[in-house]
Amino acid sequence: MTKLLINGREVEVTADPDTPLLWVVRDELRLTGAKFGCGQALCGACTMYADGAPIRACVTPIESVAGQAITTPEGLEGRVAEAVRAAWEKHDVAQCGYCQPGQIMAAVALLNGKPTPTDTDIDEAMNGNLCRCATYGRIRTAIKTASETLQG
Amino acid sequence: MFKDNIASCVRSLANEESVALDRRGFLRLSVGTGAGLVIGAYIPVKSATSGQAAQAGDAVFNPFVTITPANKVIVLSKHLDKGQGTATGLATLVADELDADWSQMVAEFAPANAALYKNTFFGVQGTGGSTAMANSFEQYRKAGAAAKQMLVAAAAQAWKTDASKITVSKGVITDGTNTATFGELASAAAKMPVRDTVTLKDPKDFIYIGKSFPRLDQKAKVTAAPVFTQDIHLSDMLVAVVARPPRFGAKPGSVDAVKAKAVKGVIGVVTIPGGVAVVASSTWAAIKGRDALQVTWDETDADKRGTAELLEEYKALAAKPGLSVRKDGDAEKAIAGAKTVIDAEFAFPFLAHAPMEPLNAILAFKDGKATIWSGSQLQTIDQSVAAAILGIKPEDVAINTQWAGGSFGRRAVYNSDYVAEVAHIVKALATDKPIKLVWTREDDIKGGYYRPMYLHKVKVGLTESGEIAGWHHRIVGQSIMEGTAFAASSVKNGVDATSVEGVSDTPYTIPNYEVEVHNTKFGAPPLWWRSVGHTHTAYVMETMIDEIATRSGKDPVAFRLAMLEKHPRHAAVLKLAAEKAGWGTPVADGVARGVAVHESFKSFVAQVAEVRIADGRAKVDRVVCAVDCGLPINPDNIVAQIEGGIGYGLGAVLHSHVTLTDGIVDQANFGDYEVLRFNEMPTVEVHIIPSTEPPTGIGEPGTPPIGPAVANAVAALTGQRIRTLPLAIHKLAAS
Repeated sequence: MTKLLINGREVEVTADPDTPLLWVVRDELRLTGAKFGCGQALCGACTMYADGAPIRACVTPIESVAGQAITTPEGLEGRVAEAVRAAWEKHDVAQCGYCQPGQIMAAVALLNGKPTPTDTDIDEAMNGNLCRCATYGRIRTAIKTASETLQG
Repeated sequence: MFKDNIASCVRSLANEESVALDRRGFLRLSVGTGAGLVIGAYIPVKSATSGQAAQAGDAVFNPFVTITPANKVIVLSKHLDKGQGTATGLATLVADELDADWSQMVAEFAPANAALYKNTFFGVQGTGGSTAMANSFEQYRKAGAAAKQMLVAAAAQAWKTDASKITVSKGVITDGTNTATFGELASAAAKMPVRDTVTLKDPKDFIYIGKSFPRLDQKAKVTAAPVFTQDIHLSDMLVAVVARPPRFGAKPGSVDAVKAKAVKGVIGVVTIPGGVAVVASSTWAAIKGRDALQVTWDETDADKRGTAELLEEYKALAAKPGLSVRKDGDAEKAIAGAKTVIDAEFAFPFLAHAPMEPLNAILAFKDGKATIWSGSQLQTIDQSVAAAILGIKPEDVAINTQWAGGSFGRRAVYNSDYVAEVAHIVKALATDKPIKLVWTREDDIKGGYYRPMYLHKVKVGLTESGEIAGWHHRIVGQSIMEGTAFAASSVKNGVDATSVEGVSDTPYTIPNYEVEVHNTKFGAPPLWWRSVGHTHTAYVMETMIDEIATRSGKDPVAFRLAMLEKHPRHAAVLKLAAEKAGWGTPVADGVARGVAVHESFKSFVAQVAEVRIADGRAKVDRVVCAVDCGLPINPDNIVAQIEGGIGYGLGAVLHSHVTLTDGIVDQANFGDYEVLRFNEMPTVEVHIIPSTEPPTGIGEPGTPPIGPAVANAVAALTGQRIRTLPLAIHKLAAS
């Protein structure tokens, strides 16, 4: 049994301690917001937070985050998250949408740390999140819109 | 990819055109049946993830339009939406003719039923070749107009007034005294008789077509709602992953499953035609089980050639005459007598599609009926393939089409490869539990169904004044269509139109033009990849034309325009892109512009790329694009598709290649199969040519021009003409 704290809720899971967090969250807890894209921390589709910092859940064994506060896309709340989601809608960012929960997790983490990011800050924060529909331009615009909303 | 004549299928936008409805189609089933309208075929099979069942009170107007008591207009998309915006586009057509309010529109996927939902260009239910809007434009407008007519008739009956006194606007029906929502009248309206004709709107009265309305799937996708096949959990469902042979053509030999079965959660190991499946209670258990599996492969029929050997074979073939594709005049003679000859050889690598959602499908088989949950792109073929394996009739295979996490061609497979896999697993296990097949990213990159490797050998003779005297062109590579159900329409005299499209039909006026093709065989199955043949032919044509212009001391835009006199739509986008990009005006130090123009899927696209060299690599700062895709339905979605098409093509041109050594794929995941990342995305400006021509493709046409536009800018900067892709294998240096 491993005790996890997922979106503020304490859960005990039976999976082996070396099981990646992504599969426990998706298959056992049935929270499917974080996606399987590569399984090797190469695409960012599985992005979650551990104690507020982005992690790649596909390569994070559950034993390594026991006791830490895990946030999945479903548990992402607050002013910054709302501004980011609204900006994504405003600019109609998503095409296929599969990577977007991970993109939004990365964008919210960026704005939490840097409320008015430069283009270089955005590049650095977002470069690990792949989008095969290439919505990158709209993501950049939406991050700036969200930043302005939050400053306003 | 499908060469049907769009013009014959899409009528012009005649004013107040009165169109006879196809009575063999949806009308036959709806006339006079009253409440009986809610017949099996019409009931939308709602996705397992939406949690909605078709409600008894829903009023079904026709196969495409259902209105709920809660005043929602559900438009059933016969086409898969894998990001390209089709579901929203089709809902736009219905909303416009229905005079609905945008906020009441809902898009869902139609069930698999080719009689009702076939792609009118293919004859089967399926999405591809950027045909969704073109083949649906009139059909969905008629469906909306017919539903509106029925709502008006119901209002006239209820209010005992004449239908001519009733108006509909933004989802409200009124005769000036009474008002009603669609939802209030839907039940009565669905029982109204349908007239033989509907009157479609005059384009000047469009309220949604031609304007940008937000995607109907945006909110669900932004809030991480479970809309994908990967997100579905069914009761008792098991998960399967498949061990496939390292070499194409190999088969399972002996299997030692002892260690795999010892993995906690693994329930079974079964051999299927293409591999060995490990079935488990969870995805991770299935993956771990596969890691523990020991399979000896029978390599009797395995292809052991690597890409280096293939390239040598292709070069040898290119030296010999191939199948004749086109022969105008005498190219060889003209080249022999030319002042200057350019002899060029181009090599294009295998490319994987790598959609973000790895391939997957769920199949449940119980009591002789199968149900598939999948981002199905060729529903009719998926149905028949699964049915043949399970020994049932195709109509006993239901498909719940899901929003797909990308495709770029990979989910439209002529043999339904991964649907066949899951059907074989279900059959081998003889289980009535649903099985979810999951491919890992490594399975995807190593799994074949690639954009084939191609070699082009081009010889061009120039006159003293730099004009083209003759052009000889040989293309070598696998035929995508040969041996598939699409061969009848795409392969003639051994020539696969998709191998040569973009070369065989060049818009340029070239005297003495000869094109040949060699079809090759290789173990890795070929497949269409966003823009199909144009992925390589546009690169060759547009870099060659550019090189000829430069060598002749002519401006690349002016040189092209002079040869496009008979092609005004090409010329118009080229002029517009050049003008908007500031062609001919100074650029920043270290930056050069490159241009390309190409037609694909009946749409015309020109792009000007601004490129610089940084650390030996090309960096694209800005792309200015002009597009003519006929009547623009949703301009913002056109912009989005051009942005995406550019990003997808640019990633491949800069980085991507699948190589093989001794028949084994060298790449495995996004670490070595590199694609475009965030910091490489250029600023993209899109200019849409206003048009009243019938709408044409937009999902693919943005992709072909980006490679040559970038390569032409690289040549301007470095003097290097890059003829082997990707660019990453070359060290670039600004001259």
